[in-house]
Amino acid sequence: MTDTTQDLPLPAGRPPPVAAGPVAWVRANLFGGIASTILTLAAASLLAVAIPPVIRWALIDAVWRADSGRACRGDGACWAFIGEKLRFILFGRFPYAEQWRPLLVVVVFIGLLLASCDRRLSGRRLILLWLAGLAVVGMLMWGGILGMSYVPTDLWNGLPLTLILAVVGMAFAFPLAILLALGRRSQLPAVRAICVAYIELIRGVPLITVLFMASVMLPLFLPTGMTIDKLLRAQVAFILFAAAYLAEVVRGGLQAIPKGQIEAADALGLSYSQRTRLIVLPQALALVIPPLVNTFIGTFKDTSLVIVIGLFDLLGTANAALTDANWRGFYAEAYVFVAAIYFTFCFFMSRYSQMLEREFNRGRRR
Amino acid sequence: MTSPPIDAMPRPSRPAFWRDPAVRGIAYQVLFVAIVVAAGWFLVHNTLVNLGRQNIATGFGFLGREASFAIGESLIAYAPSDTYARAFLVGLVNTLYVAILGIVLATIFGTLIGIARLSRNWLVANLSLVYVETFRNIPLALQLLFWWSLLRAGAPAPRQAWQPLPGFFVSNRGVEFPVPQSNPAHLWMFLAFVVGLAGAVGVSRWAKRRQIATGAQFPSGRVGAGLIVGLPLLVFVAAGAPMALDWPALKGFNFAGGSAVSPEFTALLLGLIIYTASFIAEIVRAGILSVSWGQTEAASALGLKPGLTIRLVVLPQALRVIIPPITSQYLNLTKNSSLAVIIGYPDLVSIANTTMNQTGQAVEGIALIMAVYLAISLTIALAMNLYNRAVALVER
Repeated sequence: MTDTTQDLPLPAGRPPPVAAGPVAWVRANLFGGIASTILTLAAASLLAVAIPPVIRWALIDAVWRADSGRACRGDGACWAFIGEKLRFILFGRFPYAEQWRPLLVVVVFIGLLLASCDRRLSGRRLILLWLAGLAVVGMLMWGGILGMSYVPTDLWNGLPLTLILAVVGMAFAFPLAILLALGRRSQLPAVRAICVAYIELIRGVPLITVLFMASVMLPLFLPTGMTIDKLLRAQVAFILFAAAYLAEVVRGGLQAIPKGQIEAADALGLSYSQRTRLIVLPQALALVIPPLVNTFIGTFKDTSLVIVIGLFDLLGTANAALTDANWRGFYAEAYVFVAAIYFTFCFFMSRYSQMLEREFNRGRRR
Repeated sequence: MTSPPIDAMPRPSRPAFWRDPAVRGIAYQVLFVAIVVAAGWFLVHNTLVNLGRQNIATGFGFLGREASFAIGESLIAYAPSDTYARAFLVGLVNTLYVAILGIVLATIFGTLIGIARLSRNWLVANLSLVYVETFRNIPLALQLLFWWSLLRAGAPAPRQAWQPLPGFFVSNRGVEFPVPQSNPAHLWMFLAFVVGLAGAVGVSRWAKRRQIATGAQFPSGRVGAGLIVGLPLLVFVAAGAPMALDWPALKGFNFAGGSAVSPEFTALLLGLIIYTASFIAEIVRAGILSVSWGQTEAASALGLKPGLTIRLVVLPQALRVIIPPITSQYLNLTKNSSLAVIIGYPDLVSIANTTMNQTGQAVEGIALIMAVYLAISLTIALAMNLYNRAVALVER
């Protein structure tokens, strides 16, 4: 039998639709059906209404240089305000001539965060690096040695304060969180009950109440005559608060360890502390690095709440800059600028955590 | 050779009692509890001594005293001559009001954004991505201050108020909107709505039973919707269609008539919705993605229409993944409503803060807030756990 179809002429018809190139892409991704077309047009018209005024405000009508607030009152943004207040928003009331010190602190923190992303550094070296980094930070902020003048903590404002609260808070919360998580998984009912009560109590109340408690009640808790620094109070609140959330993250890691690992450790005759230190924690902590980074992002954003107890973090200094009588009313400019700083930090950290998660899943996927 | 009688064998010596795991466990616990109790006693003792030195009476007696401060907005009757207890109640009602509205609206908005993230339309998907990444990476406190300053300082005075829709005015006094004039028919319409709802549930149950028994289908969805919308509409028409609206109008320097929400409330609600919706969107997206595409294909192969596929196959499985994390977002929203204190909306924390400043009863005030938030958190967690149990996988 011969194949007759080859001989028949194909019926004349329209050419098939283009399957590649920008036209096909637009057709597939923007106008792939009636509903999609309507959505595209709706979204495009929304953008057409919203974007031009924003660009006009932020760029075209904006005033970049002005001597006072009166000179830049118009339809556009007054970026001259940010230029005038830049150092105040970043470093607050830290002595003006010494502001290279907080700047260096910010650089050190960014360096430490970047170094922590380097997977070649071992845990022990990383801890040493962090201890050294924190020592440098403390030296730079307090001063009093190497010819640097002493700066009291109420002048630690702006971005360095935000970073210190978040980073020191996490660093101290972490060991506490491990103990709480182990306590929650403990066989001993009294230990377990107390750890559960602590974790659930802290997680059940807003951070603001913990901050209020630290700022109002911590001084009452101490023996008469002892006072406690305002910054330290906030720092204690952050440590106690973050520890409860971190404890749940660590518990997730502990629960993911197969029971066989623990039984094997017992069979080898390891004691509880050996088993925990050598078998359980190394595996559990490696598992929880991505949620750990997410908790850190949360803590970083939460530091903005310290304005309610009168500390001047990045948001606090922006608010303080807005009270200058010469430059009044540039709320949008100040908040957009500060939001951009927060966004940059959080965005890159969350990207890093997403990357880690993908990497972890790659090894697990079958 | 005979082995020695069993009694004569040297008995293995029992380990010393301090090596017994049970004894050790008890000892550790006693030690731990003792340390906790001692630390607690130390703190309480110091607090009592310090309070005594400052001549502050402890106890909740202050709740019965006159509050003598005004509260900007309240859903229940309140005057400065009322007690502190009443002021706390006003704060609690305000907190619950903004939290419930926020949870409902953030769920709707977040779900829409989450679905839009999965759209095959490039523009829509990427707009939602930009939305999510922007708003979840900026602290909520900053967002609240931004919206509030926009409404408070950026918005015009009532005389030049923006009018996005006829009857809606946005000014630095808040947002004014028309409300229907009160009419007894509204109560009857509400009752008709409840009856319609009950009827719809009844019809759907009956239709399901009939379908299981006989296979015959019944358009219970359409009939139910008709009952829910139709009955109140019928009452509305029967009552002579009272269409009168109470319109806000400019009188002097401010608005009269209609209803209004303050800039503080608007900023808080807006901030909570926008912030929480960005998290809910990601949860919804992950939930839908967790249902494998093969499920949808299998449903199509069985001949289910797209709408039924989503309702009967995808959604029940996605909800299992969505419910636990969304519960913690609801809890977060409720706790985040305490940020009202930054912009001056009189929520529970803000009123407790005023009270603590006036009376010096810091310990009692904080204990009260903590107890209330714990109660709210536990209630939400309980309700969501019950719901979760209803949708969870029933394994054989």
